[in-house]
Amino acid sequence: MTSDGIRTFTPRSIISSTVSDSHTWNLIFMQLFLEEMGHEVINIGACVKESLLVESCLENRPDLVVISSVNGHGFNDAMSLIKHFRFVPGLERVPLVVGGKLGVEGVRDVGFSRRLIAAGFDAVFAEDELDKFKEFVTQKGLRAAA
Amino acid sequence: MRRSEGISFGDYVEEANQAGRLVVQPRMGFCDPDLMRMGLIGTKDADATTVGTLTLDSYTRTGNHEAAERALEEGIRLNGYPIVVHPRSRSLEMLRDVHGPAFPVQVRHGSSRPQDIFRALVGLGLGATEGGPVSYCLPYGRTPIFEAVDNWVESTELLAEAAGEDFHPHLESFGGCMLGQLCPPGLLVALSLLEGIFFVQHGIRSVSLSYAQQTDPAQDEEAVHALRTLASLYLPDAQWHVVFYTYMGVFPRTSAGAAMLSEQAVRTAMRAGAARIIVKTEAEAHRIPTIEENVRALEAGASVGAQTSRAEERPRSTSVLAQASALVEAVLTISEDVGRALPRAFAKGVLDLPFCLHPDNRGSTRSYLDRYGRLQWLTTGNMPISPAPSTAAPKRLATDDLLFMLHHVERLYDTKARNRAAGMTLHAADL
Repeated sequence: MTSDGIRTFTPRSIISSTVSDSHTWNLIFMQLFLEEMGHEVINIGACVKESLLVESCLENRPDLVVISSVNGHGFNDAMSLIKHFRFVPGLERVPLVVGGKLGVEGVRDVGFSRRLIAAGFDAVFAEDELDKFKEFVTQKGLRAAA
Repeated sequence: MRRSEGISFGDYVEEANQAGRLVVQPRMGFCDPDLMRMGLIGTKDADATTVGTLTLDSYTRTGNHEAAERALEEGIRLNGYPIVVHPRSRSLEMLRDVHGPAFPVQVRHGSSRPQDIFRALVGLGLGATEGGPVSYCLPYGRTPIFEAVDNWVESTELLAEAAGEDFHPHLESFGGCMLGQLCPPGLLVALSLLEGIFFVQHGIRSVSLSYAQQTDPAQDEEAVHALRTLASLYLPDAQWHVVFYTYMGVFPRTSAGAAMLSEQAVRTAMRAGAARIIVKTEAEAHRIPTIEENVRALEAGASVGAQTSRAEERPRSTSVLAQASALVEAVLTISEDVGRALPRAFAKGVLDLPFCLHPDNRGSTRSYLDRYGRLQWLTTGNMPISPAPSTAAPKRLATDDLLFMLHHVERLYDTKARNRAAGMTLHAADL
Protein backbone atom coordinates (compact mmCIF):
# COMPACT_ATOMS: atom_id res chain seq x y z
CA MET A 1 0.00 0.00 0.00
CA THR A 2 1.20 3.52 -0.67
CA SER A 3 0.61 6.35 1.81
CA ASP A 4 -2.63 7.44 0.16
CA GLY A 5 -4.02 3.95 0.46
CA ILE A 6 -3.87 3.00 -3.21
CA ARG A 7 -2.69 -0.56 -3.72
CA THR A 8 0.72 -0.59 -5.39
CA PHE A 9 0.37 -2.18 -8.80
CA THR A 10 2.76 -5.00 -9.69
CA PRO A 11 2.52 -5.62 -13.41
CA ARG A 12 2.92 -9.23 -14.43
CA SER A 13 4.73 -10.15 -17.61
CA ILE A 14 5.49 -13.34 -19.46
CA ILE A 15 8.79 -13.80 -21.30
CA SER A 16 9.13 -16.53 -23.87
CA SER A 17 11.41 -17.74 -26.62
CA THR A 18 10.07 -19.02 -29.94
CA VAL A 19 9.60 -22.67 -30.79
CA SER A 20 12.92 -23.07 -32.65
CA ASP A 21 15.16 -20.93 -30.43
CA SER A 22 17.19 -22.55 -27.64
CA HIS A 23 19.10 -19.39 -26.60
CA THR A 24 18.44 -18.24 -23.04
CA TRP A 25 20.82 -15.41 -22.05
CA ASN A 26 18.53 -12.99 -23.91
CA LEU A 27 15.57 -14.29 -21.85
CA ILE A 28 17.51 -13.94 -18.59
CA PHE A 29 18.47 -10.40 -19.53
CA MET A 30 14.89 -9.43 -20.36
CA GLN A 31 13.71 -10.90 -17.07
CA LEU A 32 16.10 -8.70 -15.09
CA PHE A 33 15.18 -5.72 -17.26
CA LEU A 34 11.46 -6.12 -16.53
CA GLU A 35 12.08 -6.87 -12.86
CA GLU A 36 13.93 -3.56 -12.65
CA MET A 37 10.75 -1.89 -13.94
CA GLY A 38 8.86 -3.46 -11.06
CA HIS A 39 7.41 -6.46 -12.86
CA GLU A 40 6.65 -9.89 -11.59
CA VAL A 41 8.09 -12.04 -14.38
CA ILE A 42 7.16 -15.53 -15.55
CA ASN A 43 9.98 -16.74 -17.77
CA ILE A 44 8.82 -19.74 -19.81
CA GLY A 45 12.24 -20.36 -21.31
CA ALA A 46 13.56 -21.81 -24.57
CA CYS A 47 11.89 -23.73 -27.44
CA VAL A 48 8.35 -22.75 -26.45
CA LYS A 49 5.56 -24.27 -28.51
CA GLU A 50 2.63 -22.00 -29.36
CA SER A 51 0.24 -24.13 -27.31
CA LEU A 52 2.45 -23.80 -24.21
CA LEU A 53 2.63 -20.02 -24.53
CA VAL A 54 -1.15 -19.78 -24.96
CA GLU A 55 -1.73 -22.04 -21.97
CA SER A 56 0.60 -20.00 -19.79
CA CYS A 57 -1.05 -16.73 -20.86
CA LEU A 58 -4.53 -18.06 -20.07
CA GLU A 59 -3.37 -19.33 -16.71
CA ASN A 60 -1.36 -16.31 -15.60
CA ARG A 61 -3.28 -13.45 -17.25
CA PRO A 62 -0.20 -11.28 -17.90
CA ASP A 63 -0.25 -7.53 -18.44
CA LEU A 64 2.48 -7.90 -21.06
CA VAL A 65 3.86 -10.75 -23.19
CA VAL A 66 7.43 -10.44 -24.48
CA ILE A 67 8.73 -12.79 -27.18
CA SER A 68 12.52 -12.66 -27.47
CA SER A 69 14.48 -14.47 -30.17
CA VAL A 70 18.07 -14.31 -31.42
CA ASN A 71 18.55 -17.37 -33.63
CA GLY A 72 17.57 -15.68 -36.88
CA HIS A 73 14.27 -17.53 -37.29
CA GLY A 74 12.37 -15.04 -35.10
CA PHE A 75 10.40 -13.39 -37.88
CA ASN A 76 9.11 -16.69 -39.26
CA ASP A 77 8.37 -18.16 -35.84
CA ALA A 78 6.61 -14.99 -34.66
CA MET A 79 4.47 -14.80 -37.82
CA SER A 80 3.40 -18.37 -37.32
CA LEU A 81 2.63 -17.74 -33.64
CA ILE A 82 0.53 -14.62 -34.14
CA LYS A 83 -1.76 -16.32 -36.65
CA HIS A 84 -3.25 -18.36 -33.82
CA PHE A 85 -2.54 -16.28 -30.73
CA ARG A 86 -4.93 -13.39 -31.39
CA PHE A 87 -7.83 -15.76 -32.11
CA VAL A 88 -7.65 -17.39 -28.68
CA PRO A 89 -10.58 -16.11 -26.59
CA GLY A 90 -9.14 -13.92 -23.87
CA LEU A 91 -5.91 -13.11 -25.70
CA GLU A 92 -7.29 -10.78 -28.34
CA ARG A 93 -5.99 -7.66 -26.62
CA VAL A 94 -3.16 -8.65 -24.25
CA PRO A 95 -0.13 -6.44 -25.05
CA LEU A 96 2.24 -8.63 -27.08
CA VAL A 97 5.65 -7.57 -28.35
CA VAL A 98 8.55 -9.31 -30.06
CA GLY A 99 12.22 -8.37 -30.21
CA GLY A 100 15.82 -9.48 -30.66
CA LYS A 101 17.62 -10.63 -33.78
CA LEU A 102 14.63 -11.52 -35.86
CA GLY A 103 16.36 -12.24 -39.17
CA VAL A 104 19.53 -13.95 -40.28
CA GLU A 105 22.40 -11.87 -39.01
CA GLY A 106 23.36 -8.91 -41.14
CA VAL A 107 20.04 -8.80 -42.96
CA ARG A 108 17.87 -6.11 -41.44
CA ASP A 109 14.50 -6.26 -43.12
CA VAL A 110 12.45 -3.18 -42.24
CA GLY A 111 9.41 -4.98 -43.64
CA PHE A 112 9.57 -7.33 -40.62
CA SER A 113 8.17 -4.79 -38.16
CA ARG A 114 5.37 -3.63 -40.44
CA ARG A 115 4.26 -7.19 -41.21
CA LEU A 116 4.44 -8.38 -37.61
CA ILE A 117 2.43 -5.38 -36.40
CA ALA A 118 -0.11 -5.82 -39.19
CA ALA A 119 -0.47 -9.45 -38.10
CA GLY A 120 -1.27 -8.50 -34.50
CA PHE A 121 1.87 -7.64 -32.49
CA ASP A 122 1.67 -4.36 -30.57
CA ALA A 123 5.34 -3.52 -31.16
CA VAL A 124 8.57 -4.93 -32.62
CA PHE A 125 12.02 -4.10 -31.28
CA ALA A 126 15.49 -4.61 -32.72
CA GLU A 127 18.18 -5.83 -30.31
CA ASP A 128 19.52 -2.28 -29.86
CA GLU A 129 16.12 -0.76 -29.10
CA LEU A 130 15.85 -1.36 -25.35
CA ASP A 131 15.12 2.34 -24.73
CA LYS A 132 12.21 2.16 -27.11
CA PHE A 133 10.97 -0.94 -25.32
CA LYS A 134 11.21 0.84 -21.97
CA GLU A 135 9.24 3.75 -23.44
CA PHE A 136 6.59 1.34 -24.67
CA VAL A 137 6.23 -0.25 -21.24
CA THR A 138 5.98 3.19 -19.61
CA GLN A 139 3.37 4.43 -22.09
CA LYS A 140 1.28 1.36 -21.47
CA GLY A 141 1.25 2.29 -17.77
CA LEU A 142 3.18 -0.87 -16.90
CA ARG A 143 6.14 0.67 -15.13
CA ALA A 144 6.11 0.28 -11.37
CA ALA A 145 9.72 1.15 -10.53
CA ALA A 146 12.71 3.17 -11.76
CA MET B 1 50.64 -49.90 -19.00
CA ARG B 2 49.45 -52.69 -21.24
CA ARG B 3 48.03 -51.26 -24.41
CA SER B 4 44.68 -52.65 -25.55
CA GLU B 5 44.28 -54.16 -29.00
CA GLY B 6 42.46 -51.99 -31.50
CA ILE B 7 41.56 -48.34 -31.17
CA SER B 8 41.36 -46.98 -27.63
CA PHE B 9 40.65 -43.28 -27.06
CA GLY B 10 41.29 -43.69 -23.33
CA ASP B 11 44.66 -45.44 -23.77
CA TYR B 12 45.81 -42.95 -26.37
CA VAL B 13 45.19 -39.98 -24.05
CA GLU B 14 46.66 -41.82 -21.06
CA GLU B 15 49.90 -42.59 -22.91
CA ALA B 16 50.27 -38.99 -24.10
CA ASN B 17 49.62 -37.78 -20.56
CA GLN B 18 52.28 -40.08 -19.13
CA ALA B 19 54.71 -38.72 -21.70
CA GLY B 20 53.83 -35.17 -20.54
CA ARG B 21 52.07 -34.21 -23.76
CA LEU B 22 48.70 -32.46 -23.77
CA VAL B 23 46.30 -33.94 -26.34
CA VAL B 24 44.71 -31.16 -28.41
CA GLN B 25 41.37 -31.54 -30.15
CA PRO B 26 39.30 -29.34 -32.49
CA ARG B 27 35.51 -28.95 -32.67
CA MET B 28 35.36 -29.90 -36.30
CA GLY B 29 32.35 -31.09 -38.27
CA PHE B 30 31.54 -31.01 -41.98
CA CYS B 31 28.51 -32.29 -43.85
CA ASP B 32 30.40 -33.63 -46.86
CA PRO B 33 32.27 -36.93 -46.27
CA ASP B 34 35.21 -35.91 -48.49
CA LEU B 35 35.64 -32.65 -46.64
CA MET B 36 35.20 -34.43 -43.28
CA ARG B 37 37.93 -36.87 -44.27
CA MET B 38 40.23 -33.99 -45.24
CA GLY B 39 39.48 -32.34 -41.91
CA LEU B 40 40.41 -35.49 -39.99
CA ILE B 41 43.59 -35.92 -42.03
CA GLY B 42 44.48 -32.26 -41.39
CA THR B 43 44.01 -32.82 -37.65
CA LYS B 44 46.02 -36.04 -37.72
CA ASP B 45 48.89 -34.47 -39.65
CA ALA B 46 49.05 -31.31 -37.50
CA ASP B 47 52.29 -30.77 -35.62
CA ALA B 48 50.65 -31.71 -32.31
CA THR B 49 49.39 -34.71 -30.34
CA THR B 50 45.82 -34.78 -31.60
CA VAL B 51 42.62 -36.78 -31.56
CA GLY B 52 39.97 -36.33 -34.25
CA THR B 53 36.53 -34.82 -33.92
CA LEU B 54 33.41 -35.69 -35.83
CA THR B 55 30.78 -33.09 -34.87
CA LEU B 56 27.25 -33.85 -36.01
CA ASP B 57 24.74 -31.42 -37.53
CA SER B 58 21.82 -29.95 -35.59
CA TYR B 59 19.12 -31.98 -37.40
CA THR B 60 20.83 -35.22 -36.38
CA ARG B 61 21.27 -33.82 -32.85
CA THR B 62 17.54 -33.22 -32.51
CA GLY B 63 16.64 -36.60 -34.06
CA ASN B 64 15.19 -35.02 -37.20
CA HIS B 65 16.87 -37.40 -39.66
CA GLU B 66 14.25 -36.73 -42.36
CA ALA B 67 15.24 -33.08 -42.44
CA ALA B 68 18.91 -34.07 -42.67
CA GLU B 69 18.14 -36.46 -45.54
CA ARG B 70 16.10 -33.84 -47.39
CA ALA B 71 18.91 -31.32 -46.99
CA LEU B 72 21.40 -33.81 -48.47
CA GLU B 73 19.09 -34.51 -51.41
CA GLU B 74 18.65 -30.81 -52.06
CA GLY B 75 22.38 -30.16 -51.75
CA ILE B 76 21.96 -27.88 -48.71
CA ARG B 77 25.07 -27.81 -46.54
CA LEU B 78 24.48 -28.88 -42.94
CA ASN B 79 26.44 -27.54 -39.95
CA GLY B 80 27.97 -30.94 -39.18
CA TYR B 81 28.24 -34.59 -40.23
CA PRO B 82 24.85 -36.38 -40.46
CA ILE B 83 26.14 -39.72 -39.19
CA VAL B 84 22.74 -41.46 -39.17
CA VAL B 85 21.76 -40.50 -42.71
CA HIS B 86 25.03 -40.93 -44.61
CA PRO B 87 25.26 -44.55 -45.86
CA ARG B 88 27.49 -46.68 -43.63
CA SER B 89 29.78 -47.59 -46.53
CA ARG B 90 30.33 -43.90 -47.28
CA SER B 91 31.22 -43.17 -43.64
CA LEU B 92 33.56 -46.19 -43.45
CA GLU B 93 35.29 -44.89 -46.57
CA MET B 94 35.56 -41.45 -44.92
CA LEU B 95 37.27 -43.00 -41.86
CA ARG B 96 39.44 -45.58 -43.71
CA ASP B 97 43.11 -45.52 -42.67
CA VAL B 98 42.50 -42.28 -40.76
CA HIS B 99 40.66 -43.45 -37.64
CA GLY B 100 43.07 -45.89 -35.98
CA PRO B 101 45.10 -46.65 -32.82
CA ALA B 102 47.38 -43.70 -33.55
CA PHE B 103 44.46 -41.37 -34.21
CA PRO B 104 41.21 -42.09 -32.35
CA VAL B 105 38.18 -40.06 -33.39
CA GLN B 106 35.48 -38.81 -31.02
CA VAL B 107 31.87 -38.20 -32.11
CA ARG B 108 30.34 -34.99 -30.72
CA HIS B 109 26.63 -34.30 -30.92
CA GLY B 110 24.62 -32.56 -28.14
CA SER B 111 21.58 -34.85 -28.11
CA SER B 112 19.22 -35.69 -25.24
CA ARG B 113 17.89 -38.59 -27.38
CA PRO B 114 21.11 -40.09 -28.74
CA GLN B 115 20.08 -43.73 -29.37
CA ASP B 116 20.21 -43.50 -33.20
CA ILE B 117 23.54 -41.71 -33.01
CA PHE B 118 25.03 -44.35 -30.69
CA ARG B 119 23.83 -47.17 -32.97
CA ALA B 120 25.40 -45.44 -35.97
CA LEU B 121 28.76 -44.86 -34.30
CA VAL B 122 29.00 -48.39 -32.94
CA GLY B 123 28.25 -49.61 -36.48
CA LEU B 124 31.23 -47.62 -37.73
CA GLY B 125 33.63 -48.91 -35.07
CA LEU B 126 33.77 -45.49 -33.38
CA GLY B 127 34.01 -46.05 -29.62
CA ALA B 128 34.41 -42.52 -28.29
CA THR B 129 31.66 -39.98 -27.84
CA GLU B 130 30.41 -37.47 -25.26
CA GLY B 131 27.44 -35.81 -23.58
CA GLY B 132 25.38 -36.86 -20.59
CA PRO B 133 21.83 -36.96 -19.24
CA VAL B 134 22.07 -33.55 -17.55
CA SER B 135 24.60 -31.71 -19.68
CA TYR B 136 22.82 -32.47 -22.96
CA CYS B 137 19.38 -31.79 -21.54
CA LEU B 138 19.14 -28.85 -19.14
CA PRO B 139 20.95 -26.15 -21.10
CA TYR B 140 18.97 -26.80 -24.29
CA GLY B 141 15.29 -27.07 -25.01
CA ARG B 142 12.66 -28.68 -22.82
CA THR B 143 13.14 -32.48 -22.88
CA PRO B 144 12.16 -33.60 -19.35
CA ILE B 145 15.24 -34.71 -17.40
CA PHE B 146 13.80 -38.14 -16.51
CA GLU B 147 13.34 -38.79 -20.25
CA ALA B 148 16.90 -37.68 -20.96
CA VAL B 149 18.13 -40.05 -18.22
CA ASP B 150 16.21 -42.99 -19.76
CA ASN B 151 17.60 -42.16 -23.21
CA TRP B 152 21.14 -41.93 -21.87
CA VAL B 153 20.83 -45.18 -19.90
CA GLU B 154 19.77 -46.96 -23.09
CA SER B 155 22.49 -45.33 -25.19
CA THR B 156 25.27 -45.83 -22.64
CA GLU B 157 24.41 -49.51 -22.22
CA LEU B 158 24.22 -49.97 -25.97
CA LEU B 159 27.77 -48.63 -26.26
CA ALA B 160 29.03 -50.61 -23.25
CA GLU B 161 27.62 -53.87 -24.60
CA ALA B 162 29.47 -53.39 -27.88
CA ALA B 163 32.81 -53.54 -26.01
CA GLY B 164 35.13 -56.29 -27.21
CA GLU B 165 38.74 -57.26 -27.96
CA ASP B 166 39.18 -54.41 -30.41
CA PHE B 167 36.32 -52.07 -29.52
CA HIS B 168 36.91 -49.88 -26.47
CA PRO B 169 34.07 -47.51 -25.57
CA HIS B 170 34.96 -44.13 -24.07
CA LEU B 171 32.44 -41.57 -22.84
CA GLU B 172 33.12 -37.95 -21.91
CA SER B 173 30.80 -35.96 -19.65
CA PHE B 174 29.97 -32.48 -20.91
CA GLY B 175 28.88 -31.59 -17.36
CA GLY B 176 31.76 -29.18 -16.73
CA CYS B 177 30.58 -26.91 -19.53
CA MET B 178 27.03 -26.17 -18.39
CA LEU B 179 25.62 -23.02 -20.01
CA GLY B 180 29.06 -22.01 -21.25
CA GLN B 181 29.68 -19.35 -18.63
CA LEU B 182 28.83 -17.99 -15.17
CA CYS B 183 28.26 -21.30 -13.37
CA PRO B 184 30.47 -21.45 -10.24
CA PRO B 185 33.14 -24.19 -10.53
CA GLY B 186 31.95 -26.30 -7.57
CA LEU B 187 28.74 -27.19 -9.36
CA LEU B 188 30.49 -27.80 -12.70
CA VAL B 189 32.90 -30.21 -11.03
CA ALA B 190 30.06 -32.01 -9.25
CA LEU B 191 27.98 -32.43 -12.41
CA SER B 192 30.89 -33.67 -14.48
CA LEU B 193 31.81 -36.23 -11.84
CA LEU B 194 28.19 -37.38 -11.36
CA GLU B 195 27.79 -37.98 -15.09
CA GLY B 196 31.10 -39.86 -15.07
CA ILE B 197 29.80 -42.11 -12.27
CA PHE B 198 26.56 -42.55 -14.26
CA PHE B 199 28.52 -43.79 -17.30
CA VAL B 200 30.51 -46.24 -15.17
CA GLN B 201 27.35 -47.49 -13.46
CA HIS B 202 26.00 -48.35 -16.91
CA GLY B 203 29.02 -50.34 -17.97
CA ILE B 204 31.57 -47.90 -19.43
CA ARG B 205 35.16 -48.57 -18.25
CA SER B 206 36.87 -45.49 -19.67
CA VAL B 207 35.54 -41.96 -19.16
CA SER B 208 36.62 -38.35 -19.28
CA LEU B 209 35.40 -35.49 -17.14
CA SER B 210 35.17 -32.00 -18.55
CA TYR B 211 35.73 -28.55 -17.15
CA ALA B 212 35.38 -25.31 -19.13
CA GLN B 213 37.66 -22.32 -18.56
CA GLN B 214 35.81 -19.69 -16.54
CA THR B 215 36.83 -16.22 -15.39
CA ASP B 216 39.90 -16.75 -13.22
CA PRO B 217 42.94 -18.99 -13.95
CA ALA B 218 43.66 -19.78 -10.27
CA GLN B 219 40.05 -20.76 -9.63
CA ASP B 220 40.09 -22.90 -12.81
CA GLU B 221 43.25 -24.65 -11.69
CA GLU B 222 41.67 -25.35 -8.32
CA ALA B 223 38.60 -26.77 -10.07
CA VAL B 224 40.61 -29.19 -12.23
CA HIS B 225 42.43 -30.38 -9.10
CA ALA B 226 39.11 -30.85 -7.31
CA LEU B 227 37.78 -32.85 -10.25
CA ARG B 228 40.87 -35.09 -10.24
CA THR B 229 40.67 -35.58 -6.47
CA LEU B 230 37.02 -36.61 -6.65
CA ALA B 231 37.58 -38.83 -9.70
CA SER B 232 40.28 -40.83 -7.85
CA LEU B 233 37.87 -41.22 -4.98
CA TYR B 234 34.67 -42.08 -6.84
CA LEU B 235 36.00 -43.82 -9.97
CA PRO B 236 38.67 -46.13 -8.51
CA ASP B 237 38.15 -48.91 -11.05
CA ALA B 238 37.68 -46.88 -14.20
CA GLN B 239 40.19 -45.34 -16.56
CA TRP B 240 39.65 -41.56 -16.51
CA HIS B 241 41.16 -38.24 -17.51
CA VAL B 242 40.16 -34.58 -17.36
CA VAL B 243 39.40 -32.66 -20.55
CA PHE B 244 39.66 -28.87 -20.40
CA TYR B 245 37.59 -26.59 -22.67
CA THR B 246 38.84 -23.26 -23.91
CA TYR B 247 36.44 -20.48 -22.83
CA MET B 248 32.92 -20.99 -24.12
CA GLY B 249 31.41 -17.59 -23.28
CA VAL B 250 31.65 -14.27 -25.09
CA PHE B 251 35.12 -14.24 -26.68
CA PRO B 252 37.46 -11.21 -26.92
CA ARG B 253 36.89 -9.07 -30.00
CA THR B 254 40.54 -8.50 -30.84
CA SER B 255 42.53 -11.37 -32.30
CA ALA B 256 45.38 -10.64 -29.85
CA GLY B 257 42.93 -10.86 -26.93
CA ALA B 258 41.44 -14.08 -28.28
CA ALA B 259 44.93 -15.57 -28.66
CA MET B 260 45.88 -14.61 -25.07
CA LEU B 261 42.70 -16.21 -23.71
CA SER B 262 43.38 -19.41 -25.69
CA GLU B 263 46.97 -19.51 -24.46
CA GLN B 264 45.80 -19.08 -20.86
CA ALA B 265 43.46 -22.05 -21.36
CA VAL B 266 46.36 -24.28 -22.43
CA ARG B 267 48.55 -23.11 -19.54
CA THR B 268 45.79 -23.73 -16.99
CA ALA B 269 45.01 -27.16 -18.45
CA MET B 270 48.65 -28.16 -18.46
CA ARG B 271 49.50 -26.81 -14.99
CA ALA B 272 46.44 -28.41 -13.38
CA GLY B 273 46.95 -31.84 -14.91
CA ALA B 274 44.21 -32.01 -17.54
CA ALA B 275 45.19 -34.54 -20.21
CA ARG B 276 43.27 -33.14 -23.18
CA ILE B 277 42.08 -29.72 -24.33
CA ILE B 278 39.39 -28.63 -26.76
CA VAL B 279 40.75 -25.61 -28.60
CA LYS B 280 38.84 -22.80 -30.21
CA THR B 281 39.54 -21.04 -33.47
CA GLU B 282 39.21 -17.30 -33.79
CA ALA B 283 36.65 -17.74 -36.57
CA GLU B 284 34.33 -19.86 -34.46
CA ALA B 285 32.15 -17.03 -33.13
CA HIS B 286 31.24 -15.94 -36.64
CA ARG B 287 31.16 -19.05 -38.83
CA ILE B 288 32.27 -22.67 -39.20
CA PRO B 289 36.09 -22.52 -39.22
CA THR B 290 38.12 -23.91 -42.12
CA ILE B 291 40.43 -26.91 -41.79
CA GLU B 292 43.47 -24.61 -41.93
CA GLU B 293 42.13 -22.42 -39.12
CA ASN B 294 41.57 -25.54 -37.03
CA VAL B 295 45.09 -26.82 -37.69
CA ARG B 296 46.58 -23.44 -36.76
CA ALA B 297 44.65 -23.45 -33.46
CA LEU B 298 45.79 -27.02 -32.70
CA GLU B 299 49.44 -26.25 -33.39
CA ALA B 300 49.32 -23.01 -31.41
CA GLY B 301 47.81 -24.91 -28.48
CA ALA B 302 50.39 -27.70 -28.68
CA SER B 303 53.22 -25.19 -28.77
CA VAL B 304 52.05 -23.37 -25.61
CA GLY B 305 51.48 -26.76 -23.97
CA ALA B 306 55.04 -27.86 -24.72
CA GLN B 307 56.37 -24.70 -23.02
CA THR B 308 54.31 -25.24 -19.87
CA SER B 309 55.00 -27.69 -17.06
CA ARG B 310 52.64 -29.36 -14.67
CA ALA B 311 52.41 -27.19 -11.53
CA GLU B 312 54.58 -28.49 -8.71
CA GLU B 313 52.22 -27.28 -6.03
CA ARG B 314 48.51 -27.49 -5.69
CA PRO B 315 46.72 -24.15 -6.03
CA ARG B 316 45.52 -22.48 -2.84
CA SER B 317 42.26 -24.09 -1.93
CA THR B 318 39.24 -21.85 -1.58
CA SER B 319 35.97 -23.70 -1.64
CA VAL B 320 35.65 -25.56 -4.94
CA LEU B 321 36.46 -29.04 -3.65
CA ALA B 322 34.32 -28.61 -0.53
CA GLN B 323 31.34 -27.41 -2.56
CA ALA B 324 31.69 -30.13 -5.19
CA SER B 325 32.01 -32.87 -2.50
CA ALA B 326 28.95 -31.61 -0.65
CA LEU B 327 26.87 -31.60 -3.84
CA VAL B 328 28.03 -35.06 -4.96
CA GLU B 329 27.39 -36.54 -1.52
CA ALA B 330 23.92 -34.97 -1.30
CA VAL B 331 22.98 -36.45 -4.68
CA LEU B 332 24.33 -39.91 -3.84
CA THR B 333 22.36 -39.79 -0.59
CA ILE B 334 19.14 -39.52 -2.63
CA SER B 335 20.13 -42.72 -4.43
CA GLU B 336 23.42 -44.43 -5.15
CA ASP B 337 22.04 -45.03 -8.63
CA VAL B 338 22.99 -41.69 -10.18
CA GLY B 339 20.40 -42.02 -12.97
CA ARG B 340 17.65 -42.24 -10.36
CA ALA B 341 19.17 -39.56 -8.15
CA LEU B 342 19.67 -36.81 -10.75
CA PRO B 343 16.02 -35.99 -11.63
CA ARG B 344 15.10 -36.02 -7.93
CA ALA B 345 18.09 -33.85 -7.05
CA PHE B 346 16.94 -31.21 -9.53
CA ALA B 347 13.32 -31.48 -8.39
CA LYS B 348 14.40 -30.90 -4.78
CA GLY B 349 16.79 -28.13 -5.73
CA VAL B 350 19.78 -30.08 -4.33
CA LEU B 351 21.23 -29.34 -7.74
CA ASP B 352 20.13 -26.00 -9.17
CA LEU B 353 21.83 -24.32 -12.11
CA PRO B 354 22.06 -20.55 -12.08
CA PHE B 355 20.56 -18.87 -15.18
CA CYS B 356 19.12 -22.13 -16.51
CA LEU B 357 15.49 -21.80 -17.63
CA HIS B 358 14.75 -25.51 -18.19
CA PRO B 359 11.38 -26.39 -16.61
CA ASP B 360 13.03 -29.10 -14.47
CA ASN B 361 15.55 -26.67 -12.99
CA ARG B 362 14.38 -24.74 -9.93
CA GLY B 363 16.15 -21.55 -10.87
CA SER B 364 16.57 -20.24 -7.35
CA THR B 365 20.35 -19.84 -7.52
CA ARG B 366 22.43 -16.97 -8.88
CA SER B 367 26.13 -16.32 -9.24
CA TYR B 368 28.23 -13.16 -9.40
CA LEU B 369 31.80 -12.08 -10.05
CA ASP B 370 33.69 -10.97 -6.97
CA ARG B 371 36.15 -8.08 -6.98
CA TYR B 372 38.97 -10.42 -8.00
CA GLY B 373 37.02 -11.66 -11.02
CA ARG B 374 36.22 -15.06 -9.49
CA LEU B 375 32.83 -16.72 -9.83
CA GLN B 376 30.96 -16.88 -6.54
CA TRP B 377 27.49 -17.82 -5.38
CA LEU B 378 25.08 -14.99 -4.71
CA THR B 379 22.26 -17.33 -3.69
CA THR B 380 22.39 -21.11 -3.39
CA GLY B 381 18.67 -21.88 -3.03
CA ASN B 382 18.13 -25.36 -1.66
CA MET B 383 21.61 -26.68 -2.48
CA PRO B 384 23.62 -28.05 0.47
CA ILE B 385 26.21 -25.24 0.17
CA SER B 386 26.23 -21.57 1.19
CA PRO B 387 27.48 -18.43 -0.47
CA ALA B 388 30.77 -17.17 0.97
CA PRO B 389 29.99 -14.18 3.19
CA SER B 390 31.02 -11.04 1.37
CA THR B 391 30.30 -7.37 1.66
CA ALA B 392 31.03 -6.97 -2.05
CA ALA B 393 28.15 -9.18 -3.20
CA PRO B 394 25.38 -7.23 -4.91
CA LYS B 395 22.04 -7.36 -3.05
CA ARG B 396 20.35 -8.51 -6.18
CA LEU B 397 21.52 -8.93 -9.71
CA ALA B 398 20.70 -6.06 -12.09
CA THR B 399 20.88 -5.99 -15.88
CA ASP B 400 24.10 -4.00 -15.71
CA ASP B 401 25.67 -6.66 -13.46
CA LEU B 402 24.63 -9.41 -15.87
CA LEU B 403 26.10 -7.62 -18.89
CA PHE B 404 29.24 -6.86 -16.89
CA MET B 405 29.58 -10.55 -16.02
CA LEU B 406 28.83 -11.87 -19.50
CA HIS B 407 31.45 -9.57 -21.02
CA HIS B 408 34.05 -9.67 -18.25
CA VAL B 409 36.43 -12.12 -19.91
CA GLU B 410 36.08 -10.46 -23.30
CA ARG B 411 36.89 -7.05 -21.78
CA LEU B 412 39.72 -8.37 -19.61
CA TYR B 413 41.64 -10.02 -22.45
CA ASP B 414 41.00 -7.23 -24.95
CA THR B 415 42.41 -4.80 -22.37
CA LYS B 416 45.40 -7.06 -21.68
CA ALA B 417 46.10 -7.28 -25.41
CA ARG B 418 45.83 -3.51 -25.79
CA ASN B 419 48.12 -2.87 -22.81
CA ARG B 420 50.66 -5.33 -24.09
CA ALA B 421 50.66 -3.65 -27.52
CA ALA B 422 50.96 -0.23 -25.85
CA GLY B 423 53.79 -1.50 -23.65
CA MET B 424 55.67 -2.77 -26.66
CA THR B 425 55.27 0.57 -28.45
CA LEU B 426 56.48 2.36 -25.35
CA HIS B 427 59.43 0.02 -25.07
CA ALA B 428 60.30 0.56 -28.74
CA ALA B 429 60.16 4.34 -28.20
CA ASP B 430 62.69 4.03 -25.37
CA LEU B 431 65.24 2.40 -27.60
